[in-house]
Amino acid sequence: MKIINLIAIGCGVIAPLLSFSLTAKADNPVFYGLQMEQFEYRAGDEGEKLFSWNGGAFIGTDELKLRWQGEGERDINAGINEKLENRLVLQTPVSDFFDVKGGVRLDTPKGTDRWYGTVGITGLAPQWFEVDADLFVSETGDSSARLDIAYEGLITNHLILTPSVELNAAFSDDPEIEVSKGLSNIELGLRLSYDIIDRSISPYIGIVYERKLGNTASLAKDEGADYEATFAVFGLRLMF
Amino acid sequence: MKQKFVRSILSGMLAAAAIAMSSTAYAANYDLTVDYVTIDTGETQTRGIGYNGSSPGPTLRFTKGETATIRVTNNLDQPTSIHWHGIILPYQMDGVPGISFPGIAPGGTFTYQFPVQQSGTYWFHSHSGFQEPDGAYGAILIAPQKREPFKFDREYVVVLKDKHPHSGARILRNLKMMPDYYNRKQRTLSDFIDDVSKNGLTPTLSERGDWGKMRMTPTDIEDVQGFVGLINGKSPRQNWTGLFKPNERVRLRFINASAMTYFDVRIPGLTMTVVQADGNNVQPVKVDEFRISVAETYDVIVQPKEEKAYGIMAQSMGRSGFAFASLAPRVGMRAEIPPRRTDAPLLTMADMGMDHSSMGGSGMDDMSGMDHSTMSEMAGMDHSGMGAPKADPFYASGSGLIPKAVNGGKFLSYSDLKAQKPLYADRPATREIELRLTGNMERYSWSINGIKYEDAEPIRLKYGERVRFKFINETMMSHPMHLHGMWSILDAGKGKWNPVKHTININPGTTVYSETEVDAPGEWAFHCHLTYHMATGMFRKVIVEGGPAVAALKNGSQ
Repeated sequence: MKIINLIAIGCGVIAPLLSFSLTAKADNPVFYGLQMEQFEYRAGDEGEKLFSWNGGAFIGTDELKLRWQGEGERDINAGINEKLENRLVLQTPVSDFFDVKGGVRLDTPKGTDRWYGTVGITGLAPQWFEVDADLFVSETGDSSARLDIAYEGLITNHLILTPSVELNAAFSDDPEIEVSKGLSNIELGLRLSYDIIDRSISPYIGIVYERKLGNTASLAKDEGADYEATFAVFGLRLMF
Repeated sequence: MKQKFVRSILSGMLAAAAIAMSSTAYAANYDLTVDYVTIDTGETQTRGIGYNGSSPGPTLRFTKGETATIRVTNNLDQPTSIHWHGIILPYQMDGVPGISFPGIAPGGTFTYQFPVQQSGTYWFHSHSGFQEPDGAYGAILIAPQKREPFKFDREYVVVLKDKHPHSGARILRNLKMMPDYYNRKQRTLSDFIDDVSKNGLTPTLSERGDWGKMRMTPTDIEDVQGFVGLINGKSPRQNWTGLFKPNERVRLRFINASAMTYFDVRIPGLTMTVVQADGNNVQPVKVDEFRISVAETYDVIVQPKEEKAYGIMAQSMGRSGFAFASLAPRVGMRAEIPPRRTDAPLLTMADMGMDHSSMGGSGMDDMSGMDHSTMSEMAGMDHSGMGAPKADPFYASGSGLIPKAVNGGKFLSYSDLKAQKPLYADRPATREIELRLTGNMERYSWSINGIKYEDAEPIRLKYGERVRFKFINETMMSHPMHLHGMWSILDAGKGKWNPVKHTININPGTTVYSETEVDAPGEWAFHCHLTYHMATGMFRKVIVEGGPAVAALKNGSQ
């Protein structure tokens, strides 16, 4: 049902974009691309086996792009999706190095589903930090924010060390999805990749530390659930 | 089959007729087909586009004064076009789809016809999509009616090309996804460590910080690396060879038909005498090396005296690739490829158009003591204060791109070019048009005065005026600006002896002037000749208003 809604909204978003592209002058070229920053197997310090991904795809012109952003985490042992997020946003430049984006997000993990409206910015901050900052308002009226920062450090021109941080915060409690007000979760990553075919396929190894914060962590502790985990990760960075 | 046979006989007869006619020197006819071809560099085989079944296409020869008739048949499944680069002709024959004509539809034929009013070395290429980087290019040689002011015993065309394994469309899509997709010359951890040990930690961090603040890198010199340099369609391994007898004077007609790559050309052991630039004779200059911008041509004369093979070495400006060929006294002899230079240049704050003193970048110690105050207004100015050797005024003072000859000898500068015979009387320009070359590397979008082609108004010129273009390069890359249909007289500070060109290179952080006698009515293209800069917006339409009514030309578009 939610998927059907997502498709419906997706079509609603695509339609104006396509009409924009078609009415644009013929020499306003349309580009597209697919990028998976993370596409990896995660082996946890307590025997967890997860498959995790984080990526996106876009189509559009310099002025307007439609972007899909997807993130997920599947527990291979249990066969359930612990996290499953899909976002569809329209994106347009606001400055030399930043775009604004707005659209919808649908979470359909095992457990409670959630709809969100979202706005955010994405771009390149001084000193080459790739920044994504997003605000979400859910169907239950709860709002939250996320900040993603990554940096590509060149060990050589093919061997790249990428530290990253993802920080989530909630502005209100949403017990159904086990989130409490305040900083709710942080994920730190360090991945070492090697470009083997152009920039298309770059295998990597790395470590990821994930931890719930504040009341969200207390909630997990009360339930006897894990509130932090460290993973060794093996994956591919993909760009097509 | 039968039909094809008949057709080939017919075209054979046409070709024979063309030869017969050209020998009378009043008309020259060519038939060109635009075909899918396989381009084999010895390392990669890629599907590309060529003419009459090969890339590069055949060399077209004309004589000044005759009428050129070129029937172009499109065997592709996409529209095509041919632009005659540097040729003065009626605008409907200029071959830019959407400006000069509608283009040539798949299966269609278009007959180009124009009077040949000039002589020299030129080239032709597709002006549609990414057909030119994909292989659609060839040379044009036009013989003068009178004797040339230099002697030679034999001549060769030397066409340079940066053949990339990816198609042009794929390259641009990749650049749009990630502007440094092809840049494998970026500074790494070991460069950082080297700089720290050389300059100390604080200056190195401060220097990195200055670039990071701008979100620019000093290694943005070649956007598209990973190509194989070709000379006349041959890779270094395939080694194109031109034969000579010792002591002969050999004229080499260099054409840079590359999509994106400037080449530094040298022939170890030989001095080159530059006699022509962009098809126009210049007062001879002896050089050891020269840099050829994309779309330019230089004719040089060399005189190999020994019974040995000489190598023509063309290393790219960013040192990411090279082309190589041999001049040899006998078939089968090949020259040794000289050691490749590894001194990849790094841009400096001067290339960013920034005054050194305002940056506070103590990491730029190598530049201290240089005066940057006059940087943006330097073309044609005397730099006697700079100390010997005189710095090339066509580079920003302190630029990282300033070339040096490998053997320490003479490197050609624009300021060495003087017209052999002025094409136009010298007169003051009637007005100045300012063109700021602008762009955003991170978005991979390029523009003029901050506006991309699709959003820009055309530049309107009046027939009979002489405009002065002021090019201000605000980007960190060099841009070879090409005006179609009319000559660009480069202001090299030589007055009436200023050289006459069709493509003017403007280096980062510099301002360059050129003047154009507006003597060709119609609508023309004006753009950066780097394929992916042109494709993303560094392009303008020029409309010449007034002047003699443009005759409705009959053409063979079917």
